[in-house]
Amino acid sequence: MIPPSLTALDGVIPMSDGLDVTDRTDRTDMTLPLPRTCPYAPPAEYERLREEDSPTRVTLPTGATAWAVSRHQDVRAVLSDTRFSSNRTAPGFPTLIKGSEELTTTFRPSMIGMDPPEHGPARRAALGEFTVRRMRALQPRIQQIVDERLDAMLAGPRPADLVRSLSLPVPSLVICEQLGVPYTDHEFFQLHSSVLISRVRSVEEKRHALTELQTYLGNLIADKEREPADDLLGRQILKHREAGTYDRDDLTGLAFLLLIAGHETTANMISLGTLALLERPEEMAALRSDPTRTPAAVEEFLRLFTIVDTVPSRAATVDVELGGVLIRKGEGVLVLSNAGNHDPAVYPRPDELDIGRGARNHVAFGFGPHQCLGQNLARLELQVVFDTLLRRVPGLKLAAPVEKLPFKDDSSVYGLHELPVSW
Amino acid sequence: MVTGAGPRIVADETRCVGAGQCVLTAPDLFDQSEDEGTVLVLDDRPGEDVLEAVREAVHICPSGALSLREPRESREPRESREPRES
Repeated sequence: MIPPSLTALDGVIPMSDGLDVTDRTDRTDMTLPLPRTCPYAPPAEYERLREEDSPTRVTLPTGATAWAVSRHQDVRAVLSDTRFSSNRTAPGFPTLIKGSEELTTTFRPSMIGMDPPEHGPARRAALGEFTVRRMRALQPRIQQIVDERLDAMLAGPRPADLVRSLSLPVPSLVICEQLGVPYTDHEFFQLHSSVLISRVRSVEEKRHALTELQTYLGNLIADKEREPADDLLGRQILKHREAGTYDRDDLTGLAFLLLIAGHETTANMISLGTLALLERPEEMAALRSDPTRTPAAVEEFLRLFTIVDTVPSRAATVDVELGGVLIRKGEGVLVLSNAGNHDPAVYPRPDELDIGRGARNHVAFGFGPHQCLGQNLARLELQVVFDTLLRRVPGLKLAAPVEKLPFKDDSSVYGLHELPVSW
Repeated sequence: MVTGAGPRIVADETRCVGAGQCVLTAPDLFDQSEDEGTVLVLDDRPGEDVLEAVREAVHICPSGALSLREPRESREPRESREPRES
């Protein structure tokens, strides 16, 4: 049994005389990020960090240290403050184990890594393509895509893998729709984009898929330059030509950003949301009988799972006081969005799925000027998928025990690799 | 006391990043411009019945473009966030 006087020093690096040995903001004994052990809650260590009530210094896998921000209000504060840079090459930017982000950095930097003054115009150029109204106009096509994928799944053998049958194809096909990829090329597009996020494919195979897609998109854009159609690519071409800012590589980069940003994320949410419902039959029945609650259910799934965690991190470009500590210029900030979305100060009983919670202030899509551009497309896709699944497959059930399901525990975007279902 | 002097919605269109959360929270009061995708305030004097929704919209606006100016307050907006995104 450890004496109480020694437990107070837990996690503290021994200091020489005269210095504060009870600096609870130093948790460099901890290396982050940590894998999840439960789909419905952040790692217990993150909760402990949040209880420290302020940003805390932790160690990264590279051996460097950074500030971990875990309280909801601090997450909002960091992400809305452009004194914290989004540039992945900024001094002190918290680089983690290379995951799928590596793929995005092979392209000319897209808006995700830009700061003012470049970020504003880059984002504004694409804004009109992602308004609530424009997303709603896509709804009939989204419904059609979902129905077709479901037709194929229901005509096939049981059990089926929901990830392969529905979660992955739907967002990929919706992006095809949005960009204006011809229907005949949808399979090519879907094939290569699924390789990019596969866990079993080699780095070589992924690079090949990347090149294939990049070449394909470049050619597609060249075609559309000759005859701009009424789709995202066509409209962007015309808009930029009028402004004298057209650049084919920029547009290819944007198309690729949309594909990467909107594919695996949405797919993972489809899988996880479906799992949450399958594990809660009463909730599932209630939602089926009242689809007006589906938007609220989607918001709660987003908050509960917060699949994009630590990715929206930052580097301080000047000294900033935040949450009671001084973050110095050149220090990295690891943003623990999932911990923020489970902050009991904001969400009572945070690990519970509560569709009636009505919480629209979560940070699952981030916050600040970089908040997810495609969030309303994601919301709409999820609403259509869940409504259609509940309506068309009332007998949907899990075909494997939850404990055996392969979660993406150490991926930069949380999700499920497989979800065996039957009906 | 001036009649109808409730709080006023102030939107900084140059700060807006087109997230559309205001539209989803208070659809009768906010819209997005067709071309730019940035905020359009349909009615800058929200009634009592929608004030709560407007406060929420201001709170969740990711860019800090929205603020609510109380009628008898100082010239400073109720909520503003620094620094601004250019």
